Amino acid sequence: MTWLTQWLKSALQQVQEYFILLGKVARGLVTPPFYARDVIEQFDAIGAGSLTVVLLTGTFTGMVLALQSGITLDKFGARSMVGQLVSASMVKELGPVLTALMVCGRVGSGIAAELGSMTVTDQISALRALGTDPVRKLVIPRVIAGTLMVPLLTVVADGVGLVGAWLIAATQLKVASAPFWNSVVAGLYIEDVWMGLIKPFFLGFVIVSIGCYVGLGTKGGTQGVGRATTNAVVAGSVVVLAVDFLVTKLLFMVLY
Amino acid sequence: MTEFAIAFEKVSLAFDDKVVLRDVSFSLERGHTKIVIGASGSGKSTILRLILGLLKPDGGQIRINGERVDQMHEEALMKVRAGLGMVFQEGALFDSLTVRENVGYQLFEETTMPIPEVDARVGEVLGFVGLGEFVGRMPSELSGGQRRRVAIARALTSKPKVLLYDEPTTGLDPITALTVDDEIIKLRDLEGVSAILVTHQLRDAFYVATHEAVKQGDQITFVPASPEKAAMTEFLMLKDGGVAFEGAADALRHSDDPYLKAFLS
Ligand SMILES: Nc1ncnc2c1ncn2[C@@H]1O[C@H](COP(=O)(O)OP(=O)(O)OP(=O)(O)O)[C@@H](O)[C@H]1O
Ligand SMILES: [Mg+2]
Repeated sequence: MTWLTQWLKSALQQVQEYFILLGKVARGLVTPPFYARDVIEQFDAIGAGSLTVVLLTGTFTGMVLALQSGITLDKFGARSMVGQLVSASMVKELGPVLTALMVCGRVGSGIAAELGSMTVTDQISALRALGTDPVRKLVIPRVIAGTLMVPLLTVVADGVGLVGAWLIAATQLKVASAPFWNSVVAGLYIEDVWMGLIKPFFLGFVIVSIGCYVGLGTKGGTQGVGRATTNAVVAGSVVVLAVDFLVTKLLFMVLY
Repeated sequence: MTEFAIAFEKVSLAFDDKVVLRDVSFSLERGHTKIVIGASGSGKSTILRLILGLLKPDGGQIRINGERVDQMHEEALMKVRAGLGMVFQEGALFDSLTVRENVGYQLFEETTMPIPEVDARVGEVLGFVGLGEFVGRMPSELSGGQRRRVAIARALTSKPKVLLYDEPTTGLDPITALTVDDEIIKLRDLEGVSAILVTHQLRDAFYVATHEAVKQGDQITFVPASPEKAAMTEFLMLKDGGVAFEGAADALRHSDDPYLKAFLS
C-alpha cells in the first residue's frame, strides 16, 4: 500500500514537472529570444533523418495490409475492394501511429540521449551560466520540428503505403490499377483525411516533449543516460497510443 | 555600490537529508581572489553553483555586486550571469560545437556583435591560453588539459568582472598548470577581475596567493607579491558544511589546527 502511494506520488510529481516544462515551452514560443538556426537544424535532423525508416515502414505496412485484406475479401468475392480497406486503415490509423512509433524510437531516444549526456556532463549548466535558457535553445526547436515534421512524415508513410498496397494488388492479387485506385478514393471520406492529418501533430508533440523532459531530468552519469533513453522510448510509445486514442475519440465528436 | 563582488550570509543547503552547507558566510571584495579549499565532497563546487543561481539555497542570502540573487527568477539571473565567467570542473564544453563555436558561444548566440569581431575575440582568448591553432577542432579531438584551457578561454570571452574557477589546474602537468595560474594572476592584477578559485592543488593555490603580475611596457613578469597584493588573496577552507578557516596564505601555513595541518602536509 505504501509502495503504491509512493509510486503514485512520484508519478504525479513527474507529470507535474512535465507540465511545468510545457508551460516554459509555451512562454518561450511567444517571447524572445528565439534560436531560428536551431529550428532549421532540427527540421533536418528530425524530418530528413527519419525519412528512410518511415519510407520502409510505410511501404511494408501497405504491402502486408493489401495481402491480408486480399485474403479476407476473397471469402466474400470482393477482392477488388482491397484499395478501400487499405486506404481507410492506412490514412486514419496505421499511418499516423506507425510513423509516430518509428519517430519515437529514432528521435525520442536520440533527444533523450543527447540532452541526457549534456545534463550529466554539466553542458546544460554551462549553457545557463553563459546566459542561455536551455528550454529556448534546445527544447523549443525540437518541439517545433517534431510537431511539424511528424505530420509530413505521416503523409509520406500514407503515400508509400498505398503504393506498396498497389504493388501487391497488381502482382499478387491481380487487381488492375484503375479499379484499385478508384477503390482507394472511394474508401476515403474527407473526415478520415482530416483525422489522419490532425492526429500526427499531437503525436509529434508528445514524442519530442517527452524525449526532452526525460533527457533534461537525467541523473546518475552514463548509466543514467542509458536509462533515460529507454524511458523516453517506453513512455513515448505508450503515450503515443494513449494520445492517439484520446484524440481519435475527440475528433469523432468534433468531425463526424 | 558595495565593495563586495560576492557575499554569502548564513547560506545553507541540503540535498535530501545530506547537509552540504550550514550557515556559510564569507565575502569577496572587488578585485580580490578567494581560494576555496576543502576535502572532496565538502561543497566547493556547490558554492559556485549557488553563485551562478544554478542551485537555490535552502536559507540565507547570496549577493552579487550587492544584488540579492538567491531568490531571483531565472530570467533576471541571465543578466547577472552575463557578468560572471565560470570554468566548470570537467570543462563542460559543448561537444557538438567546434572550439571556435564553444569559445565564442556567448557572443555568437547572446549578443549582436558582428561575426568578424567575435572571431577576433575568440582568437585573442585562445591565444591567451596558448591554443590559437586549435580553433577548428572538436572538443573530442583535444587532450584533457587542452579542453580545460578551452573552458577557461570560453569563460573569458565576454570579459566578465567576476570569474569562478572550479579546479582549473587539476589534471594538468605542472608546467601547463603554471601557465593557467599565471593567467589567473594576470586577470586579478592587470584586469581587476574578482575571482573564486576552487582547487585541490595547494601548490597552485599558494603560487596564486603569493605572486603578483607586473607590467613593464609590453613585458609581463611574475614576482613575489608585495604585502598589499598578497592581502588581496584569501583562503577559505570548508569542512563539515562550515568554514574551517578564512584568512591569508601566511596564516593558513602557520595555523596550529591539526586538521589544517593534515590537509596542508
Ligand atoms: N545534485 C545533487 N544531488 C545530491 N547530492 C549532491 C548533488 N550535487 C552535489 N551533491 C553532494 O553534495 C556534496 C558536495 O558536492 P560538491 O560537488 O560541491 O563537492 P566538491 O567540494 O566540489 O567536491 P570535489 O572536490 O570532489 O569536486 C557531495 O557530497 C555531493 O555528493
Ligand atoms: Mg567539485
